[in-house]
Amino acid sequence: MKNKNLVSISDFTKEEYLRILELASDFEKNPRQHILNGYVISTLFFEPSTRTRLSFETAINGLGGRVIGFSDSGATSASKGETLHDTIKMVSNYADLIIMRHPLEGSARLASEVSSVPVVNAGDGANQHPTQTLLDMYSILKTQGTLENLKIFMVGDLKYGRTVHSLLQAMSKFNTTFFFISPDELKMPPDYKLQLDEFGLNYHESKDLNEFLYEADIIYMTRVQQERFTDPIEYERVKNAYILRREMLEGCKKTMKVLHPLPRVNEIHTDVDDSPHAYYFDQARNGVFVRMAILTSILGVK
Amino acid sequence: MKDKRLLVSAIKNGTVIDHIPSEVLFKVVSILKLDTLDTMITIGNSLESGKLGKKGIIKLSEVFFHDDEINKIALVAPCAKLNIIRNYEVADKRVVAIPDEIVGIVKCVNPKCITNNEAVTTRFTVVSKAEVKLKCHYCEKITNQSNIQIT
Repeated sequence: MKNKNLVSISDFTKEEYLRILELASDFEKNPRQHILNGYVISTLFFEPSTRTRLSFETAINGLGGRVIGFSDSGATSASKGETLHDTIKMVSNYADLIIMRHPLEGSARLASEVSSVPVVNAGDGANQHPTQTLLDMYSILKTQGTLENLKIFMVGDLKYGRTVHSLLQAMSKFNTTFFFISPDELKMPPDYKLQLDEFGLNYHESKDLNEFLYEADIIYMTRVQQERFTDPIEYERVKNAYILRREMLEGCKKTMKVLHPLPRVNEIHTDVDDSPHAYYFDQARNGVFVRMAILTSILGVK
Repeated sequence: MKDKRLLVSAIKNGTVIDHIPSEVLFKVVSILKLDTLDTMITIGNSLESGKLGKKGIIKLSEVFFHDDEINKIALVAPCAKLNIIRNYEVADKRVVAIPDEIVGIVKCVNPKCITNNEAVTTRFTVVSKAEVKLKCHYCEKITNQSNIQIT
């Protein structure tokens, strides 16, 4: 995987995912190894993100590397009109690797074509966020002991949610049965369901969060955003229908875990937080180890 | 009695692109960048056609296309027919077929795609030919037949 870019989750093969997850497990056991000593890695965040950026910077610093970059393009020449192309060309002269988040879709792909160093996509608009998918997969593997043959529930905004789209693309390679729970306006788009048909995978769709929950191995919650609804009355009607509460989890499998890419607003009630099913904060912690695995693989030190 | 039909004159050597639906004739001209060519070109539009009702036709003197140059027009004129002319005779007939990749002709339908915000040549993989669907190499969104805009 040396020098390979990670722009889309589909850039890596199933074997490569598994290798990253295995490496992440090693890093979790041994998170302070100074194998990135002497490396300078750039974090270019053209739009804000606390969690992803801090997670990457922790990964780099924890392994002895140094970080350069910015967390807001307003303070850079981008605000003077400098193109992404020029910014990337310049930074690839300074750093050994570029991690970037940008509001426009396809920006990371362009960066990977312009840059002379590898590029890791930390989120390009509503398109891809592959490191999130890998940490989601690591969380699933850790808690379920396997990635194969699981029943994964995806709840909330399945139409616009890049994390659910990406997770679907990755987990389709592991014979997953998906359950899509969303309001009508936010259903999983047909193109993704077509991909499942091509893999010969079964899936179910429902508007009702309570239906079938006892079957779940993983419940992946996402936020239903008001701005996605053209009809505000419809939003009012559905906004509370996709809130997960502790009582709904009675009867669920003991090993079932609730995941959320965060930040959560009200879609997971705080009464779930100290349930043994709640895993969303551990999920965020896993991000550091997975990002260590990604960076060290691409730089060829592991 | 005078023959009052408008005829598009014959060429000695070159290529005739026939059966172009009238409404896309100028898109074909655009795709092939015919405005940059020096040779003799005759363009006819809204001509009567048994098959199409109305059709356009382009006759290019001394111009011969490679498959990958001409196949792009299949995006807008999938049923176009090519007649290769040598010495005023039809030496060969060809059809066009949508290629697997389209570079630099079509605009991405997504306003938030980097290609619509910075100077980047568009690139698409053709994921469906029967009902044309183009997947943007950059933003991964699908541009459908109905949304195809020539740059």
